[in-house]
Amino acid sequence: MIKHTKPSAFYDTFERKGPGQKTTHYCPGCGHGTVHKLIAEAIDEMGIKDQVIFCAPVGCTTLMYFYFDTGNMQCPHGRAPAVATGISRTLDDSIVISYQGDGDLAGIGMSEIVHAANRGEKLTVFFVNNAIYGMTGGQMAPTTLIGQESKTTPFGRDPIRDGMPIRMSELINTLEAPVFVERCSLGTAAGVLKTRKAVKKALMNQKNKKGFSFVEILSPCPINWKMDAIQSRKWLIENLEKFYEVKNFRDKDTSIKGQGRLPFLSDDELLKVLDVTADTSSDDDNNRVDIGEHKVKIAGFGGQGIMSVGVLLANCAKNAGFNSTWLPSYGAEMRGGTAYASVVMSNDIIGTPVVDTPDVLIAMNSPSLDAFENSVTKGGTIIVNSSIVSRKVTRTDVNTYYVPATAMANELGLTATAAVIILAFYAKALGIFGVDILKAVVPISIKNKKYIEANLRAITAGEMFFDDYKK
Amino acid sequence: MKKLMKGNDAVIHGALLGGCTHFFGYPITPASEIAHSAAYYFTKSGRTFLQAESEIAAINMILGSASAGARVMTSSSSPGVALMSECVSYIAGSNVPAVIIDVQRVGPGLGYIWPEQSDYNMVLKGGGHGVYRNIVFAPNSVQEMADFTYKAFEIADKYRMCVFILADAYIGQMMEPVSFPTKILHAKRKDWALYADEQSRHNLVTSLFMEREILSANIDSLLNKYAKVEKEITEFEETSVSDAEHIFIAFGISSRVALTAVRELRKQGIKVGLFRPKTLFPFPNKRLAELASKVKSMMVVELNDGMMANDVELAVKSKLPVRKFNWYGGYVPSVTELVEKTKKSI
Ligand SMILES: Cc1ncc(C[n+]2csc(CCOP(=O)(O)OP(=O)(O)O)c2C)c(N)n1
Ligand code: SF4
Repeated sequence: MIKHTKPSAFYDTFERKGPGQKTTHYCPGCGHGTVHKLIAEAIDEMGIKDQVIFCAPVGCTTLMYFYFDTGNMQCPHGRAPAVATGISRTLDDSIVISYQGDGDLAGIGMSEIVHAANRGEKLTVFFVNNAIYGMTGGQMAPTTLIGQESKTTPFGRDPIRDGMPIRMSELINTLEAPVFVERCSLGTAAGVLKTRKAVKKALMNQKNKKGFSFVEILSPCPINWKMDAIQSRKWLIENLEKFYEVKNFRDKDTSIKGQGRLPFLSDDELLKVLDVTADTSSDDDNNRVDIGEHKVKIAGFGGQGIMSVGVLLANCAKNAGFNSTWLPSYGAEMRGGTAYASVVMSNDIIGTPVVDTPDVLIAMNSPSLDAFENSVTKGGTIIVNSSIVSRKVTRTDVNTYYVPATAMANELGLTATAAVIILAFYAKALGIFGVDILKAVVPISIKNKKYIEANLRAITAGEMFFDDYKK
Repeated sequence: MKKLMKGNDAVIHGALLGGCTHFFGYPITPASEIAHSAAYYFTKSGRTFLQAESEIAAINMILGSASAGARVMTSSSSPGVALMSECVSYIAGSNVPAVIIDVQRVGPGLGYIWPEQSDYNMVLKGGGHGVYRNIVFAPNSVQEMADFTYKAFEIADKYRMCVFILADAYIGQMMEPVSFPTKILHAKRKDWALYADEQSRHNLVTSLFMEREILSANIDSLLNKYAKVEKEITEFEETSVSDAEHIFIAFGISSRVALTAVRELRKQGIKVGLFRPKTLFPFPNKRLAELASKVKSMMVVELNDGMMANDVELAVKSKLPVRKFNWYGGYVPSVTELVEKTKKSI
């Protein structure tokens, strides 16, 4: 058991630990105790213990919070860099430490560490590489050496059966953002001294808001290596240090550059950005006609503006004082012959937004007429884009209109307004809301301002066509 | 004036007004518009939006950010929510508040992007490991997408729990007029959270307790909290229930179909009503037990194989027939289908 003459970043007695409150829970000769001490000393020297938040991994150091008199949290296996990212992105002045083993960091958590490093998160990562899974009793780690025996490599790690060991510092060093990458070793007293320096440097980097620092520490796990403390130091120097080169890979002053977080908007500014104003509309101040529930299906192929004309219609219904819903068809069906928007408007609260039996069908192409003609309610209305649909409606129990919308739109110079022409025609023919409402909605609904004019002209064309139609 | 909006967009308005400052997420149809909207509005307003490398990373960023005192959220759809499950259990075990929007799609596996309500068991009965619950709201309109998200952060903070908004592809994709509160809510300082300052230095966020007594005490305290939640925030809505002989029970998009079916059946002289849970945990057990002695049958309409119906059966304890009206595989029944099925079974 390791006894500490304690840095103040350690608790005096480890009350969270329960019995044996003066000693750590690590095995004799374990490297974790040494690394803890180096970190605690650096925290002391820098006077940062209030700012530090430790993210403990899953592994032998899950219980780090027994010891460190700092903010502490315990993370799911491998996810400490993501948890630390969440903290660091929330508290600008925090010093966040992700402390991880090799199973945690290079195995299950490979994705989280690489992406946190790549984003240059303001974190300090201490990666304790003991080439084995300690906590679970000595299984192979991603860093286990070729030939090394473990519970899951009883015949030694074999490259074909088990894959090659991973060099994490080298991997992290391929990324643009990190400012500091160093591999240290606890093999000798000199190595421990070097580790102390690297630990402090990595913490300083974060204090100075430089960016992401990564310190890998080769560390003994006597218990699972099945050696005593002395043997394990020797094995570490002769084997681990051979494969994992001890050196500084990177020590930069600055990380990646960019815009970063924009200024935090006040409540009033946020309301403006969201365009939220108090809802002053009430149910009785609009004198709308009683339409019961009115269901429209607008169908055609992609590129005919089916969806946005549906939105225009739902907006008109809203502005005319009705409840309204808009539902798109989407997914694979959009790639086929017909895409359609379903719009329901009602004086009452609307039930299903799905339109199975439309009161009005706007058929912009032939597949749409074929697909939906029979579903229109008796006495309902079908408006056909007769520029594209050559056949006539066969049903006799519905009102039918033929509008050469695509040809008209081409004449206006904007083919995409065909459905808008029909919408204007619809407004006149059904009389549920006036064309004035449609005209008022266009500038709000159409995002690209340069098309507003053309759409207004399309509305006029549809309107005039209806007036002629009646004659 | 009300704005015509997609459910998925209304969520982000509701979240920002509800004081959410951090969004971590990963794209998936049919929930992606939530992330798009967050990317725009969170960034523009100086809040934090981060596209994580996976749902696993996103939910762990949530765990970190929430532990640092922020109001945080993520959004996803069924497979993505499944990936988050381990950390959702950590969030529960460490008493951390978070908000997750699940816009459900079809499963199992990659299924497809159409609506289903088959995450019910995953979100309500665990998903992750251990004895824990999430608070689950089930919006059935764009307005409720906004309203539930707005208040989700207050509730999450109050109970230190994960609040789910369990929507579906249609509620997320459809547009309806919606109005918003103009009062912006804010997180208050939490005495348990980590603020990287002297006052909070002794705080510890963990779900790991190495002593048996402390471990079971933590679970006891969770259970006590859940009992309190059941007492305090159960929400439901009743339509034409007072004189009904049979009632539909449905949430989300199914309840919209059922509402139209109620009107249709009433026109034909059949006395049906609609009971709609707005919270799925807490589940309105008490009210359902009362209704069990007032009506002749209950018809649970769901886009799954009867997951909520099982809870209804538990609540009414065999006092009356509970019928399961199920559709799945992205299929939303027409009103006519539901009406016919109802007439056949009553
Ligand atoms: C999701 C999940 N999978 C597996 C485990 C079991 N587990 C706990 S610690 C550990 C290995 C830790 O090894 P390492 O990261 O090398 O840390 P060490 O114990 O050696 O310090 C494993 C596999 C877990 N807790 N969670
Ligand atoms: S098992 Fe290994 S890593 Fe874990 S405490 Fe023991 S020596 Fe240290």
